[in-house]
Amino acid sequence: MAAVQTKPRRRPKLAVWKFSSCDGCQLSLLDCEDELLAVAEAVEIAYFLEATRAEIAGPYDVSLVEGSIGTLHDAERIKMIRKQSKVLITIGACATAGGIQALRNFRDVDGFIRAVYARPDFIDTLATSTAIQDHVKVDFELRGCPINKEQLLEVLNAFLNHRRPVVPPMSQCIECKMHGTVCVMVAHGTPCLGPVTQAGCGNLCPGHDRGCYGCFGPKETPNVAALTKQFAALGWTDAAIANALRSFNANAEPFRAEAQHRETPSQRVPS
Amino acid sequence: MDSNDNSNGTRHTVRRLDRNGLDALTAALQADGRMVIGPRVRDGAIVYDPLDGAGDLPWGLIDEQDGGRYRLVPGPDNAAFAHVVGPQSWKKYLYPARQTLWRGRRDGPRFSVEVPAEPTPRTAFIGVRACELAAMAVQDRVFGVRAHSGQSVGQQQYTDTGYAARRAAAFIVAVNCSRAGGTCFCASMGTGPKAESGYDIVLTELSDGGESVFVAEGGSEAGWALLDRLDAVPAGDGDIRAAERVVDATRAHMGRAMVPGVNRLLAENLEHPQWDAVASRCLSCANCTMVCPTCFCTTVEDTTDLTGEHVERWRRWDSCFTVDFSYIHGGSIRQGGASRYRQWMTHKLSHWHDQFGTSGCTGCGRCITWCPVGIDITEEARAIHDDCHRTDDAGTGRGG
Ligand code: SF4
Ligand code: SF4
Ligand code: SF4
Repeated sequence: MAAVQTKPRRRPKLAVWKFSSCDGCQLSLLDCEDELLAVAEAVEIAYFLEATRAEIAGPYDVSLVEGSIGTLHDAERIKMIRKQSKVLITIGACATAGGIQALRNFRDVDGFIRAVYARPDFIDTLATSTAIQDHVKVDFELRGCPINKEQLLEVLNAFLNHRRPVVPPMSQCIECKMHGTVCVMVAHGTPCLGPVTQAGCGNLCPGHDRGCYGCFGPKETPNVAALTKQFAALGWTDAAIANALRSFNANAEPFRAEAQHRETPSQRVPS
Repeated sequence: MDSNDNSNGTRHTVRRLDRNGLDALTAALQADGRMVIGPRVRDGAIVYDPLDGAGDLPWGLIDEQDGGRYRLVPGPDNAAFAHVVGPQSWKKYLYPARQTLWRGRRDGPRFSVEVPAEPTPRTAFIGVRACELAAMAVQDRVFGVRAHSGQSVGQQQYTDTGYAARRAAAFIVAVNCSRAGGTCFCASMGTGPKAESGYDIVLTELSDGGESVFVAEGGSEAGWALLDRLDAVPAGDGDIRAAERVVDATRAHMGRAMVPGVNRLLAENLEHPQWDAVASRCLSCANCTMVCPTCFCTTVEDTTDLTGEHVERWRRWDSCFTVDFSYIHGGSIRQGGASRYRQWMTHKLSHWHDQFGTSGCTGCGRCITWCPVGIDITEEARAIHDDCHRTDDAGTGRGG
């Protein structure tokens, strides 16, 4: 039995920041009910407006960043946060891929503004919604719309204990098989994004007889074109395929590229 | 004809069970304190789940299988075992997807490590097919339960004790296949469709239009003893001949076949353009390895709690289709889909022979059916085979 160091650690300072987003991912932290007290003991919550109005000045040991960059103000603010953060972790599809609001990247944003807002002149926005890593260096990206609270705890835990987070970039299919879930694509003919999507949700949709919607974004080395060819064989149109890829992770490159090919099939480079 | 002599000279009687007899068999196994596990319908497929009795079997259903396609449909007879293998294999029970290896805790200035000792459940597997018995024999070699002639000496020195205990605790009721599935190719791999060894009891279902009867034979002393306790009638000569005809008919109707000489063929074609061709279709999703009854690779995951006082090491199924799988100092060796598919297929069909002294593929067809895009290991082998033979004819062979 080796002796190990037992010096009590200084509680690291944690900040939670919000950009263009719905707050759902931050709420996953509050949703940790059972573990929340342990988190509050392990870290000093220095900035977390969803939980407390108290604000403790930086620098911060760990910053969790939710939301995408949608305005010039966002783009400036994230740089300030990066400067004050030793470790910066992005949480959720908005922060890691631009979110559902990145649908505007593929259309005329002024058209949307005129259609949606009574006073378009009040709206000040960039033409695109982009991921945090498009603007500053990110130390770890936690995927999901919303993120999985167990994965969030695992990532915090790993950073606090100086180890690698167990968040494998493998396919959702591996998760299905480890759960003993019957494949909805093979057994029911339901198109499923699981083979190109990173695992992490805890097997939600295939476990309930649905195809995967791709909430956790592209897995490592995704072959999206090969999967959508199978969707077409199962009867999906190019438009339906493009729509399926254009959800919470629409601006993640492998999904974006294939949706664009499906939207303008004539421009597809023959493979 | 209806008796077998065993080494002690005791005579055993082949029995004929009806549906009630099958129920009596499962009841006897349960009375022995075993969890009886067998095929039953869940979520549109036949999976291996606990059974209450023979009534839970998928009576009257067959499974249509093709590359990337599986559908349950009514069969011609009200048979219990007219289906073939489904998405799961017995690996699910013998080699669970997640296992805790050890737990550690900090005790003041020291730490302690504890290996969880969970009791091994006594099980009975009902409906085990010939290809699945072959797969268990393959994993027995991998996990050091059975000697082999391959070069992987480590496996002969070190036994996976958890696997060995679960294997020893399973009573096996095999079934000779009365129908071959669309993706089955056991006949060309020499593993089926007749169960030759590795079972306690083997059943052959006779279901000519009417109610099924089962010709039941022992494969071990425990199996014969259980059959004797069932108080079932002896099988007649006609039953035994009918059972042989059932297996012969199945052998003649295999959905697929592996090309001959595939071990050498693949070893000599590691740079064949077919690897890139399959990579353009392959999703690297790993379904093929997850459903394969012989695939055994795992990774370890370390977890801590927030205080850092407790740690755990887990072992979970992994796949040669992930990037991390081949990660060594400096990066992953198999970056592209071609090298990952090649690793998988050549291991199964070629260098498994060198390592463990057998093929790693039993011809169960699961990897074909459960590949979301229907990639077919027999077709991929055939493409290389046909190409070599075509170019051989032209005198510019790649060999093989
Ligand atoms: S249901 Fe979807 S995610 Fe699950 S194995 Fe099938 S294709 Fe993969
Ligand atoms: S062969 Fe099929 S199941 Fe296997 S990794 Fe490729 S796409 Fe997935
Ligand atoms: S490689 Fe395919 S056919 Fe062969 S044993 Fe594995 S799953 Fe079955």
